[in-house]
Amino acid sequence: METLVPLMVAVPLGVGFAIVAIAHIRGVSRLVGACCVAGVLACLVMALVLLGGGTVHVYVGGWGPQRTLGIGMVCDGLAKLMLVTINLVALASVVFATAYMRRFTRVWLFYALFSLMTAAMNGVVLAGDLFNLFVFLEVAAIASYALVAFGCEAEELEAAFKYAVLGTVGSAFVLMGVAVLYALTGQLNMAKVAALLPKVGLSGPGVLLGAGALMAGLALKAAMVPFHAWLPDAHPSAPAPISAMLSGVLIKASGVYALARVVFNVLGGGSHYATILIVLGGVSMLVGVLLAVGQWDFKRLLAYHSISQMGYVLLALGVGAQVAGAGGDAGIASLCVFGGLYHLFNHATFKSLLFLSSGSIEQQTGTRQLKELGGLARRMPVTSFGCRVGALSIAGVPPFNGFFSKLIIIVAVALAGRPVLAALAALVALVTLLSFVKVQRYALEGEPVAMAAGAREAPVAMGSALVVLAIVCLLSGVAMVPLWHYLFEPAGAALLGGVGKVLSVTGVSP
Amino acid sequence: MGIAIYVLAFAVLLVGLYAVIAKKNLIKVILGVAILDYALNLLLVLVGYRTGGTAPILSRGESPAALAATAVDPLPQALVLTSIVIGLGITALLVAMALRLHEKYGTFDVEAMRKLRG
Repeated sequence: METLVPLMVAVPLGVGFAIVAIAHIRGVSRLVGACCVAGVLACLVMALVLLGGGTVHVYVGGWGPQRTLGIGMVCDGLAKLMLVTINLVALASVVFATAYMRRFTRVWLFYALFSLMTAAMNGVVLAGDLFNLFVFLEVAAIASYALVAFGCEAEELEAAFKYAVLGTVGSAFVLMGVAVLYALTGQLNMAKVAALLPKVGLSGPGVLLGAGALMAGLALKAAMVPFHAWLPDAHPSAPAPISAMLSGVLIKASGVYALARVVFNVLGGGSHYATILIVLGGVSMLVGVLLAVGQWDFKRLLAYHSISQMGYVLLALGVGAQVAGAGGDAGIASLCVFGGLYHLFNHATFKSLLFLSSGSIEQQTGTRQLKELGGLARRMPVTSFGCRVGALSIAGVPPFNGFFSKLIIIVAVALAGRPVLAALAALVALVTLLSFVKVQRYALEGEPVAMAAGAREAPVAMGSALVVLAIVCLLSGVAMVPLWHYLFEPAGAALLGGVGKVLSVTGVSP
Repeated sequence: MGIAIYVLAFAVLLVGLYAVIAKKNLIKVILGVAILDYALNLLLVLVGYRTGGTAPILSRGESPAALAATAVDPLPQALVLTSIVIGLGITALLVAMALRLHEKYGTFDVEAMRKLRG
């Protein structure tokens, strides 16, 4: 187990560099795609193996737990959940990409950057110290800036430039928060910082400055309203497999996950932080869906829904933190956190499914404007199947996974004594449903419009990625109870255990 | 010294943020990002600084405890090196994208680039 944890970062990183070398060797340069698929598959297998073990701590370079310095990696329940999510979506996206990316030149660059991004996201969720978290955030971000601009068309470059500038401002705030927390505690290890912060005074001006900077930076990375301006440009502009990765996992790994980790495990989940999470989540949920309803560009519509759905996750986590922080019913707190994390996983599956099917539609018809599409259900049965399953999941129709996670969030928030927020969540779910009825109506049903008339089914590699994700969407809804037991309960416990949990499992004494 | 130097770091940070938000020229925006980076590097170095401290290099025969009592904190310096490298990578990428945009539009003016709507 201990050797697997660094390999989660090292394998895709090595594959990324190997791809660059392979691409320049005559005769084997066609193997870059297979190489990337193999690397990501190896990561998924390792993530599943790690899932079977307990919490693992690795101190890179032989720096023991008692030292101040050194790079610590922590693989606890939450990290395992994220690893499975990231590598599952990455595998589907890269298999899809082997067919989708054929129309681009220099695809080896794509695969190399893709591997780099996967490695960095694995690193983000395994990071055990704050600076290491920042470094991996940056590696993932730089790879994603380049991937958004991959097509090198004017609008892609514009979106990537905007994304890169705002992303860098976000990172700057994260670094400022890390610097302030280091100045206060003299430590970078998350567990040690968490243990020392109460001695400094949790509501002192220094801690609030550091926490505020960290949370603002991470909220920008998570594209929470009012920090969302970059997302609706950046996510649709990328090639479809990258849109699936960005919306499916990047905003979760470097935004929501990092935010949750910092708030719960470093800052101790105080009620003022919980309130910030609730406000960010609630506003994003509502504003995101209202902006999405009016969109006619399929991918842009999906991107706005990502903001809204991530709002659900933060809302549930925030209410959970508040209940736990106020010493309320532990069952309700863990139900809230379970709802949030379950929705995070579900959103990764159905949003990547929707983005991949939008890419398949765009490739076969040459457009992603809903008004120019129509009648695709008969022309592209597999893609339409994937698109339908994704739409039913995000809209919250049983028995797909989105229904269960939204139901749990709404029930848990209501039980926590927040009926207004629960009603808001239910309202947003309804608007989401309406928005996806529109997608079904215009893209899949009706008579084929000019652009869609000649459309044929997408290649097998693309279709198979869609089918696999659609099956995951169905299974993770039906098999909620075993998943809760094996995947989400340990993840929720890692968050709700808060500071004490981290300390007891790291075995460090500050 | 004292608090004034922190105020300076914060002022530099605000200058960078102002350039990123208010400037319409891509190159000036990139300069703003660079200034923002420098402000944070300055802050990081200041976090480990000690007035009148020595360089954190352990010479032969010197005890680590004695060095720790007089030297500046070396950890933020290591962090700053990493941060500078990251800043370099981002600046290079931004410049490359700005040049490509210049090829498309013939200008660095953001106002002329209107393919995307908010």
